Amino acid sequence: MKKLMSAVLAGAMMLSLAACGSTADTTQSTSGSEAATGETTASATPIKLGGIGPVTGGNAQYGTAVQNGEQLAVDEINAAAGYTVFELQFEDDESDPETAVNAYNALKDWGMQVLLGAVTSDPSLNVASECVNDNMFMLTPSASAEDVALTGPNVFQMCFTDPNQGKTSAQYIADNNLGTNIGIIYDSSDPYSTGIYTAFVATAGELGLNIVAQPSFTADNKSDLSTQVAQCQDAGADLVFLPIYYNEASQILIAANSRGYTPTFFGCDGMDGILGVEGFDTSLANGLMMLCPFSAFGDDETTTTFVSAYEAAFDSTPNQFAADAYDCVYAIYQCVQDGTINGDMSASDMCDALVEAFGTMSFSGTTGENQTWDENGMISKEPKVYQIQDDAYVLVGEE
Amino acid sequence: MALTRLKHMKKTTRSNLITFGIVIVFYLVVEALMAGGLTSSSFEGQLVPICAYVVLAISLNLTVGFLGELSLGHAGFMSVGAFAGVLLWTVLGKTLPAYVALPLAFLAGGLVAGIFGVIVGVPVLRLSGDYLAIVTLAFGEIIKNIINACYLGYDENGLHFSLTDAASMGLAPDGTTLINGAMGITRITKASTFTMGIALVLITLVVILNLIHSRTGRAVMAIRDNEIAAQSVGVDLTRYKLTAFVISAVFAGFAGVLYALNYSSLVARRFDYNTSIQILVFVVLGGMGNIRGSIIAAALLTVLPEMLRGMDDYRMLIYAIVLIVMMIFNQSPQIVAWRKRVAARFTRKKGAPAPQKEVA
Repeated sequence: MKKLMSAVLAGAMMLSLAACGSTADTTQSTSGSEAATGETTASATPIKLGGIGPVTGGNAQYGTAVQNGEQLAVDEINAAAGYTVFELQFEDDESDPETAVNAYNALKDWGMQVLLGAVTSDPSLNVASECVNDNMFMLTPSASAEDVALTGPNVFQMCFTDPNQGKTSAQYIADNNLGTNIGIIYDSSDPYSTGIYTAFVATAGELGLNIVAQPSFTADNKSDLSTQVAQCQDAGADLVFLPIYYNEASQILIAANSRGYTPTFFGCDGMDGILGVEGFDTSLANGLMMLCPFSAFGDDETTTTFVSAYEAAFDSTPNQFAADAYDCVYAIYQCVQDGTINGDMSASDMCDALVEAFGTMSFSGTTGENQTWDENGMISKEPKVYQIQDDAYVLVGEE
Repeated sequence: MALTRLKHMKKTTRSNLITFGIVIVFYLVVEALMAGGLTSSSFEGQLVPICAYVVLAISLNLTVGFLGELSLGHAGFMSVGAFAGVLLWTVLGKTLPAYVALPLAFLAGGLVAGIFGVIVGVPVLRLSGDYLAIVTLAFGEIIKNIINACYLGYDENGLHFSLTDAASMGLAPDGTTLINGAMGITRITKASTFTMGIALVLITLVVILNLIHSRTGRAVMAIRDNEIAAQSVGVDLTRYKLTAFVISAVFAGFAGVLYALNYSSLVARRFDYNTSIQILVFVVLGGMGNIRGSIIAAALLTVLPEMLRGMDDYRMLIYAIVLIVMMIFNQSPQIVAWRKRVAARFTRKKGAPAPQKEVA
C-alpha cells in the first residue's frame, strides 16, 4: 500500500512539475508578444508559422538547429516591426514519418498558415503530401531529397537537392583537378547520402573521373569506419568524397589520421558542423573541403548579424541547418513586406499567393545572394566551396 | 429477453461480444463525432494507425499470450506485408478499380508475411526454448537491411532488380522505379480509411477469437501451459505452434498494408527493432492472453504521446511513467489483490461473502 502511495505521489509530483514547466514557458512567451503589441498601434493579425523537426532522438541536433534558427528570425522580425508579425509553433517529430504527420495535424489544429519544415527527408515526404492535399504552403529548410519538392507545386526547398549537390561536387572536382583516383564513403541506409552518391557517380562517369573505391556503411554499423577508410587507402584514392553528416565524417578523419592516410577529403553541406563535434581534434579537419551554402565565418553583414545574434541567444555556432531555417522565415517575411500575404488570409489563399510569389521572386539571405526557385520548388543558388584552415572556413578561390 | 439470454450465455461468448461491442461502439461514436465536426485533425489523423496497431497487438498476442513464445520481429512481418501490398497497389491501382486492387493488395501483404512466417517458423518452432525470440529479432533486422538496399523498377523490358545502387539496375530512361533503396517507395496513392481499419480489426477479432476457442486454440494453449503434457496426449507440437505463429504473421502483414497505405511514402527503417518492442509493449501492458486488453492498450498508448504534446520536453518522461504505472497496476501481485478487494466491496452488497485475503 505504501509503495502504491509513493508511486502515485511521485507520479503526481512529476505531472505538477511538468505542468509548471510548460505553463511558465507559455506565459513567458505570450507576455513577451503582448508587450510588443502594446508598444505600437501598428499591428496586423499575426501569421502563424508551423515548424516540424526532430528535437528529441537521434537527429535532435538538426531539428534543434532549425528550431533555433526559426525562433531567432521570428523574434528579430517581431522586435523590428514593433508588433507580432509571426507566431511560431514548433512540433517534435522524432524524425519519424508517422509522428511527423501527427505533428502536422497538431499544427493544423493550432491554425498554422505556413509550414517551415520538416527537417529530415522521410518525415518531409509524408508531410509534403499532406500539404498538397490541404493546399498548405510548405518551405522546408533542409529536407533535400528531390522527391520532396516533386510532391507538389506548393512544396519548396531552401536547401540544394541531393542530386544537385552530387552533380556540382563532381563537376567541381573535375574542373579543378582535385584528384585522379577517387574514393567514396557513403551511408547506404540514408536517403541524403545515397541521393548525393548516385548523382555523383553518374556525373563522374560522364566527366571521366576515375572512381577506385566506393565502400559504404549503414546506420546500424557505423561505430567503426576504419575498414572503409582502409579500402580507400588500399585502392590508392587521392581524393575521398564524403557525402555524409559530420559526426561520421569526424570518425573517418580520425581513422585516416591513425593510419597515416592523407588524401584530400571533400564533403557536402552535411559536413558543416564538424568543427563543433565534441572531443574531436579539429586540426584533423585542416584541408577538408566542402560544398556548402553557408559559412559561419562569412564577413558579409547578413551573416555576421545572424551569427552573433545566434551565438548570443543559444551559446553555440550556427550551422547550415540553422541558417537555412533562418532564411526560410525571412523569405516568407519578404512576401509579407511585398504585401503578398497577410495574417487575415486563409492558409489556402496564402498558399496560392506564396506559390506565385516564390516563382518570380529573388531572395538574399545568409545562405546566398539572389536565390530563386524553379517551377518544381527547387532552389537555385550559387554553390560555394569552403576549405577548413586553422578552425575556420575559407572560401576557395577567393584568396 | 435479450438481457436474460445474455446472462445465460457462455462466459467466453459474452466476453467476446463485449470485445466486439467496444470496437463497434468506438467506431460509431467516432463516426458521429466526425460527422458533427467535433474531432480535431490531430485525432482523425491517428485513427488509421490506431487500427493498424490494434491488429498488430491482437496478432502478436496470439504468439506471445496464447502460444507462449516470444517474438521480437513482428515489425519485420509488418514490413514485408507493407512492401508487398504497396507494390501491388502501385502497379494494379492504376489499371484496376480500387475495390478489386485494394483487397488484392491486402491479400498479397498477408500472403507474403505468411510465407516469411513459415520460413522463420519451420526450423525454429521445432525447438523449445527462447530460440524464436532470437531468430525473429534477427529476422526483423535482416528484412530492414535488405529492403533498405533493394532497388526495384520496371520498364518495357520487364522487371529490374539490384542490391547495390539505382544505376546498376539498368533501367531504361522511361522506366519506373518502384523501390528506391533507402528512399523506399514514394508517392503512394493513399487509400486507407478508418472504416477499412475497423473492418480489418473486426476480421482479425473474428478469426483470432474463434481460433482461440477452437480445438486448435486449446491445443496451442496446452502447449503453452506444459509442452511435455501436451505432447504426451498426442498434440503435434510443431504443427500447432506453426499454425499460431503463421496466422500471427499474416495479420501483421495485413496491418502493415493498412499502415503503409495511410502515408505517401514507405521506408523500411520505420519497421525496426523499436517498432517490434512497441507492439510487444501493447501486448504486455494489455495483458498477455487478453485480447480486449491488447486492443485498449494499443489504442491508448498510440494516442498518449500525441495527447502529451502540450507538455513539450516532459512528454517522454510522462510516457515512461505511465508505462511503469500501468505495468504495476496490471501485474503487481499486491495491486492485483487490492483491486480484487475493491471490486469485492462493490459486489458484496449483492450478498457475496468477503473474499479471503489472497496470498501472492
